[in-house]
Amino acid sequence: MYSQGLDNPPPERMVPAAAVAGGPGERFQLRVDAEEKIEPKDWMPDGYRQTLIRQISQHAHSEIVGMLPEGNWITRAPSLLRKCILIAKVQDEGGHGAYLYSAAETLGVSREELVDQLLSGKAKYSSIFNYPTPTWADVGAIGWLVDGAAIMNQIPLCRCSYGPYARAMVRVCREESFHQRQGYEIMLKLSQGTAAQREMAQAALNRWWWPSLMMFGPSDNDSKHSTQSMRWKIKRFSNDELRQKFVDFTIPQADYLGLKVPDPELRWDAGADCYRFGPIDWTEFDEVLKGHGPCNRERLDARRKAHAEGAWVREAALAYAAKSRPATAGRAA
Amino acid sequence: MSAQPRALPSEARIDYVLQLADSNLILGQQLGALVGHAPALEEDLGIANTALDLIGQARHLYSYAAEVEGRGRTEDDFAFLRAERDYRNLALVEQPNGDFGQTIVRQVLFDAWQLELYERLQHSSDRRLAAIAAKGLKETRYHFRYSGSWLVRLGDGTAESHARVQAALERLWPFTRELFDEDDADRELAVAGLTPALPAVERAWSDRVSALLAEATLARPANTPFRWFGRRGVHTEHLGYILAEMQHLPRTYPGARW
Repeated sequence: MYSQGLDNPPPERMVPAAAVAGGPGERFQLRVDAEEKIEPKDWMPDGYRQTLIRQISQHAHSEIVGMLPEGNWITRAPSLLRKCILIAKVQDEGGHGAYLYSAAETLGVSREELVDQLLSGKAKYSSIFNYPTPTWADVGAIGWLVDGAAIMNQIPLCRCSYGPYARAMVRVCREESFHQRQGYEIMLKLSQGTAAQREMAQAALNRWWWPSLMMFGPSDNDSKHSTQSMRWKIKRFSNDELRQKFVDFTIPQADYLGLKVPDPELRWDAGADCYRFGPIDWTEFDEVLKGHGPCNRERLDARRKAHAEGAWVREAALAYAAKSRPATAGRAA
Repeated sequence: MSAQPRALPSEARIDYVLQLADSNLILGQQLGALVGHAPALEEDLGIANTALDLIGQARHLYSYAAEVEGRGRTEDDFAFLRAERDYRNLALVEQPNGDFGQTIVRQVLFDAWQLELYERLQHSSDRRLAAIAAKGLKETRYHFRYSGSWLVRLGDGTAESHARVQAALERLWPFTRELFDEDDADRELAVAGLTPALPAVERAWSDRVSALLAEATLARPANTPFRWFGRRGVHTEHLGYILAEMQHLPRTYPGARW
């Protein structure tokens, strides 16, 4: 994902512009219905553009902020191989951020504007990264559950009607599924390890299970903006459909690890051929979204600190680039 | 390096391989701490890249040391279960990341040294070491391009960036003496054709660094007698903290597998 149910445009922006017969709005919808990709220079309704800018930039911000909780363990990874895998993973996330910002830029915003929105607290990023990673097992749990949930959300986005986003997602998904397997493998090693390691793995699952389910966004009954996004083929499945898929996919994996998800109401429903799970604490979701999660302040502070401390470096790079531009080019301009 | 290979005690060979491995690991570890906190997203990616290469090289070197030693130790035993006094890294690489200018100065001084060293080490009489150096050289060339181009941009950027990197250069320059401080053990390795003679590496390094500093409009600091001997296990105060953090899990859960 990490982009569902975070921060949607106001409802009036979601009304398709001038869906008059034969008008650009209707032609646009016909193209979307015909599964044609919309490209940057094509006409598009303002609401479509704004929805995508928000969704793609929130996704990009989530990748960037997402580097922090796992980056927290780079210096303490317990083996050299694990350290290399983790650095590469965090690097991949930075790479995803970079090409998602580029995809957003095709819609007429600059990366600078978007980063400013993140740092000022105006733009949202996935709440999942406001949870802490106190142990090594949390790195495993993030890979397994958070990246697992992300894949569920992102695979349909590979068919998103907006070309640049869809193409970015193809690459992101390929890497995310690799990360998901790496995370699961960390959990597997821990669950086959000492009593202390198994305990560490179970505690991490307890911490990450419910927040992972919340990643799919509010329940369909409370998700106001889904219909229009689905009509525009930005979104293909509802929040609850994707959440159910994730649960059905993940429970057998937890069983294999010998770990239990922290849900006393979880049971297999043979008739419906799916797992039934207990109610999600949406109060917690709302609180974290409003900035009251365990690490909201730390995450934003870390981003602001890096940005502020890097200001002189970016200025120097610009000054040097200006100096080394050929004199003729300067005169021409 | 063309000298006839002589029988070297395996301890000397292991010690040298660990010097290279430890410097790579500690520098990679330090860079790893910066990933996610760099001045720009592109720098997060670039720093991660260098860190990965350095730790990757360290892994090859530790595996080789373990083979020569033949006592069943693994790369992780070397990395996580040796104390500070047994670490053989250059004191330069254990110096703090500081600001981005200090990170870059440390990197440039190291990359230029590693580049000149690997250029020659790829012809070592020790074929394993030669192969590791030849492979590492391709990565090191890239690292030097990265750190060198940043040094130029910062040195010749703004007044502030110039002052910052010049200060970092003054702070770190004393640690470069260790790169070329030749003792009997070094001479013995060179005579055996295992390593290049250090004076030749020093000349090449010095020329390379001088040219880069000139391009970056930075003044080359004078050599000072202040010396550390990280390669002989005499470290600055920083290494203890780096190891405490890095070795925390394997030390806390002895025997656990991860």
